[in-house]
Amino acid sequence: MESRRNVELTLLLLALVLSVGGYIVVGLVADNTVPAGSLGYGATLAVLFIGAHLVLRWKAPQADPLLLPGAALLNGLGLVMVRRLDYAAVLRKGGYPQAPSQALWTVLGLAVFAAVIVVVQDHRVLDRYRYTWLLLGVFLLMLPVLPGVGQEINGARLWVKIGPFNGQPSELAKILLVVFLAAYLAERKELLATATYRVGPLLLPEIKYFLPMLMAWGVSLFVLFFEKDLGSSLLFFGVFIALLYVATGRFSYVAAGLGLFMGGALVAYQLFGHVRSRVAVWLNVWDYYDGRGFQLAQGLFALATGGILGEGWNQGQPNLIPFASTDFVFDAFGEELGLLGVTAMLLVYLLMVFRGFRVALAAGDDFGKLLGLGLVVSFSLQVFVIVGGVTRLIPLTGITLPFVSYGGSSMVANYALIAILCRISSESTPAPARKTGPAPAGDAQSGELTVVR
Amino acid sequence: MNRQIRRVAFVVLCAFVALLAAPFYWQVVAADRLTNDPRNARTLIKEYSIQRGKMVVSGEPVAESVATNDKLEYKRVYPQGPRYGMVTGFYSLVFGRTLAEERFNSFLLGQAPEQFAQNLSDLLTANDTPGGTLTLTLDPAAQEAAERELGRSKGAVAAIDFRTGNVVAITTFPRYDPNDLSGHDPEKIRTAWKQLNEDPDAPLLNRAAGGLYPPGSTFKVVTAAAALESGVTPDSQLDNRAAYVPPQTTRPIRNFGGGSCRSPNGDKITLSQALTVSCNTAFAELGVRLGDDKLVNEAEKFGLNAGLEYQLPAAVSLIPRELDPPATAQSAIGQRDVRVSPLQMASIAATIANDGKRMAPHVVSQVVANDGKVVKTFRPDSLGQVIPGSVATDLQQMMISVVESGTARGGAIEGLQVGGKTGTAQNAPGKAPHAWFICFTSRGDKAIAVAVVIENGGNAGDEATGGRVAAPVARAVIQAYLGSGQ
Repeated sequence: MESRRNVELTLLLLALVLSVGGYIVVGLVADNTVPAGSLGYGATLAVLFIGAHLVLRWKAPQADPLLLPGAALLNGLGLVMVRRLDYAAVLRKGGYPQAPSQALWTVLGLAVFAAVIVVVQDHRVLDRYRYTWLLLGVFLLMLPVLPGVGQEINGARLWVKIGPFNGQPSELAKILLVVFLAAYLAERKELLATATYRVGPLLLPEIKYFLPMLMAWGVSLFVLFFEKDLGSSLLFFGVFIALLYVATGRFSYVAAGLGLFMGGALVAYQLFGHVRSRVAVWLNVWDYYDGRGFQLAQGLFALATGGILGEGWNQGQPNLIPFASTDFVFDAFGEELGLLGVTAMLLVYLLMVFRGFRVALAAGDDFGKLLGLGLVVSFSLQVFVIVGGVTRLIPLTGITLPFVSYGGSSMVANYALIAILCRISSESTPAPARKTGPAPAGDAQSGELTVVR
Repeated sequence: MNRQIRRVAFVVLCAFVALLAAPFYWQVVAADRLTNDPRNARTLIKEYSIQRGKMVVSGEPVAESVATNDKLEYKRVYPQGPRYGMVTGFYSLVFGRTLAEERFNSFLLGQAPEQFAQNLSDLLTANDTPGGTLTLTLDPAAQEAAERELGRSKGAVAAIDFRTGNVVAITTFPRYDPNDLSGHDPEKIRTAWKQLNEDPDAPLLNRAAGGLYPPGSTFKVVTAAAALESGVTPDSQLDNRAAYVPPQTTRPIRNFGGGSCRSPNGDKITLSQALTVSCNTAFAELGVRLGDDKLVNEAEKFGLNAGLEYQLPAAVSLIPRELDPPATAQSAIGQRDVRVSPLQMASIAATIANDGKRMAPHVVSQVVANDGKVVKTFRPDSLGQVIPGSVATDLQQMMISVVESGTARGGAIEGLQVGGKTGTAQNAPGKAPHAWFICFTSRGDKAIAVAVVIENGGNAGDEATGGRVAAPVARAVIQAYLGSGQ
């Protein structure tokens, strides 16, 4: 289906225009001149995105045509924002620019994207190494807790520093664990769906089949208790429950899972001061303005000041928000691009998420369905947790906004994530008849181009 | 399995609807409240990113905005330090704006309706519009003289061009330096603010416009005006007693130094002579004869109980209505509960000198855009003929006599006809009285009326101290003003 790739190319060019346009505007506002790096920036992005596009044409011609352009647009705009915040940081003495390393992460992210597409010719290959993924994932998760390599930053212990490299291995662990869970559940879903034990109102399957599930629960509690990372813990658990539900079709798993998570959260609330203070700040942010609520309050001020139309690129003051380029990048966009801008951004995410669900629905095998679903739920939850946090919809937990926030691990992991989704969609879409003519009846996937513009 | 996937997708859709609603709430519903929250520095930073207009005195900037490397683009500086702080006010990150910075804020920001056309053209050409420049009416030489001659005496000076109402000089001591409150370091500003506010001498107060003092004998010009309006002439004979006991009291009013007043005809004294020698007993009795209604009414014509229509904040000078005879007698000589600002007294002298036509005191004469176009002119603003011209002329003559042969000889200037009146106002028991001097003179097209008060500068036993202590300050201001620009 060549036209799929043509749609993708068109959208990628649009994303390029918006990104390079934003980059130029930021420079124009800052010093009245088109920034010297515009051409280089545009050319680099073009090479990267079109390169990724060509890899898809070559190795996965049937892949979903919206995922890559969505990521490219978010990535490009995120780079502009990071660059824009650099302008403000350079004015303050001592600030170091983040845009160059973010650009480097983008290169790496797209390289990983291409590598996944090229290396994983069929997503079912991943199924074979499920226990490797489990071990690797658990190892990566544990890494920050190990003395010597782990670092505690802002109350959460999820950083690893080895030599010059530092990152959040949980970003990658998340994907590996989703692959494992999808593989495991695809194989055991019937067994898990068969209840043998009754515990109170709940029907539970035989313990030996359920054990790995308890392990997954353990993993998320581990993240919560030892790394004090609320966001990732919620993410793991949400993905786990969603997968369990989809695999077995039993709502009781959702209820039991929610109950378990609430129990864990309650205990964490009792045990950890920083969890309690997050909740307190969420409920009464203005009372904590001079302390822990300052960052969130600044974020909300940024949103309010941006209003409907926004202040315009580089014309607001998003640099007043501490960590504007990472956790609070959404509010920074709200200030400069306004409600229109952030709504558009959320709709891009929503579009990507729904393409992801479509990939899961269309996948030809159970593993592919569960894998696609796990990845897309993890992606949506991440967007929900951080955007909800910085808009005071839910208590704030610091995780990155996919493709937009400054940060390498997240960038690389999310490119790997959409690469897998592309791979699944490419495998499940039957190769088209090369001749023109109506698509074969019953091919549910061939109609989707009419939806896309 | 697909049914479950669709259900999960539906839950995710609901979550995204909530996500779309959250920024809508903050950016539309709660936007105004948060944008105007005083803790939201963005509004302030936006204001500081505009090159705020200057204030100039004779072409020299006394307030201007200079570019910085801070996150706040421009910093407000006052090149002359404390000299013009009582007019410019301050422009502070922490404590807001005062005086001209506040009253003319929209002009200084370039956002007044009058500046709209220029903003529009700048918008089209993508220029940043700097704010408008305020031209102040002050005369640098007169202002410098007022400051120098007042020296380190607590007090104030106000000088007005009596034909136009333009304020020529206005100063106060102690003063503050607006630079201390207008930097970009909130800590420094707070420290300075605390010091200034804890200082018992209140250096932030502009005593000239905002200080209220008993006027003492300078108020006799108002009593005299009331008398002249009710048919008394400068030559009418009044009783010249050593002590006058008003009705309903046993406490007499006496003259300074005791005894009766200096008069060529013994137990009688003319109105003119009574003013010349500042005769308390004669004026107290005159006040009671006129009655409280006439006295209060006359004072209100000059702006007491109502305000001066000064362009900047000023205290309203007061005289209580409904006075009993003892209070009327004391009010007629500027004691009891009469309270006036130096600017009010300068305005009274100016109104008399301007033949009874009262002018609103102006300190800003125009707003000029950065392209040199005059955006707004504040023309001389007459508040009406408040006393008849003939009454004003009589008062002028009487006040000239005060300087030529009375208590105010210290205010005389060679070659000029100066009209004046001294005052020695008792305030707190056991404290020296305030010394006052009001006067007017003109040469060519330059016309000036001055009021000077020096707190506790007088001598209770000597009415002439106003002439000795306060008059030289007024004289120096007049000489500086008339001498400048020649």
